[in-house]
Amino acid sequence: MADTKIVTPKEGALERSWNWLTETQVWKSVFRHNAPITDRNRVLVVLSNVFLHLHPVRLRKSGVRLRYTWCMGGLSFFLFLSLTFTGVLLMFYYRPTLEYAYTDIVGLREHVPLGIMREMHRWGAHAMVVTVWLHMFRVFMTGSYKPPREFNWNIGVIMLVLTLLLSFTGYLLPWDQLAIWAITVGSNMARATPFMGSEGPGSALLMLGDVRLIHAADDARFALLGGTFVGEGALLRFYVLHCVGLPLAIAVLMAVHFWRVRKDGGISGPV
Amino acid sequence: MFPNVLNEPPQQFKIGFPDEYAPGVDERWKDRFGIWVVRTPSDIVQEAGGFYALISVCTHLGCTPNWLSAELKFKCPCHGSGFRPTGVNFEGPAPRPLERARIVLADDGQILVDKARKFQFELGQWADPESFLRV
Repeated sequence: MADTKIVTPKEGALERSWNWLTETQVWKSVFRHNAPITDRNRVLVVLSNVFLHLHPVRLRKSGVRLRYTWCMGGLSFFLFLSLTFTGVLLMFYYRPTLEYAYTDIVGLREHVPLGIMREMHRWGAHAMVVTVWLHMFRVFMTGSYKPPREFNWNIGVIMLVLTLLLSFTGYLLPWDQLAIWAITVGSNMARATPFMGSEGPGSALLMLGDVRLIHAADDARFALLGGTFVGEGALLRFYVLHCVGLPLAIAVLMAVHFWRVRKDGGISGPV
Repeated sequence: MFPNVLNEPPQQFKIGFPDEYAPGVDERWKDRFGIWVVRTPSDIVQEAGGFYALISVCTHLGCTPNWLSAELKFKCPCHGSGFRPTGVNFEGPAPRPLERARIVLADDGQILVDKARKFQFELGQWADPESFLRV
């Protein structure tokens, strides 16, 4: 874009109204800069826009090379956005109760226009797990976890766990046999939590006289399921975690993650 | 996170009189209470006739096995563990036999089952008099 030139408006009717428009108070309150036809204005465009300012005004050539980044971080973020959108639409139709959960999911296939929303949510979720892993793999293989980016690597590891937990909690919501038994098997792992699980190491040490403080009805698994087996309480808890708790947590961490990419020197370059 | 009230089936319940049960595995309480009531002419541990209550939770990862009456075994649909009518595991990944629940006779002559008290074969607990109801 080196050969940009400034076009002097001819004084036609169109140009006159354009000039009038861009001088109005409304226009000036929205756009704080002139058209992005100079380097300075392009920087201003990026700096004064809340969405664009997430991007740096300059970056390394390698940072936009697909062979280097695979765009996996960006794709993960894109999938998160599309999952949020389709997820909100699904929330209009899905009721997390024993009576309705399964039939609502089956009904989604036929009862609503664009029944494809559930498929987009499901396949998008699978794809996000894949892209998050590949993003992590790329970051590892390019050594981008090394100083000064160690902190951001740890943020990323937490977000990987949150992504997997989002998948896990979403798995229960169709409330079919596969879902119930998968969560039964998965949540049984929480029994083995050190100290907080009824069958975990150290939990037998927590005694008050002869009474065990940690047992099947108050341990980590119980807090997760809201009961001693996968039932009504578990469905509601997983729904709330899936739709509110975990997405909020991962959104906050994503903001930190993107911020730190910038503050730690931008996308890392080839050595 | 820890509600004071739970809408779950009771751990302790009466299941009727002994003469209401024919020999073999009885499935009538499986859905409601999660147990099989088994009446046997001679138990492998107690070496007497009577009742025991098997808890219908697979000892592998916690699914509910199915009773296959034609093959005389409990078969878990999740990963294929198999158990004899006694509760002893013989195939698949389950590491130990099914657990038995406390089973005694109540004052009114009915059988009382208490799932809060469990007996594990590998710990020698099936020899406990309350793990088996002699008739």
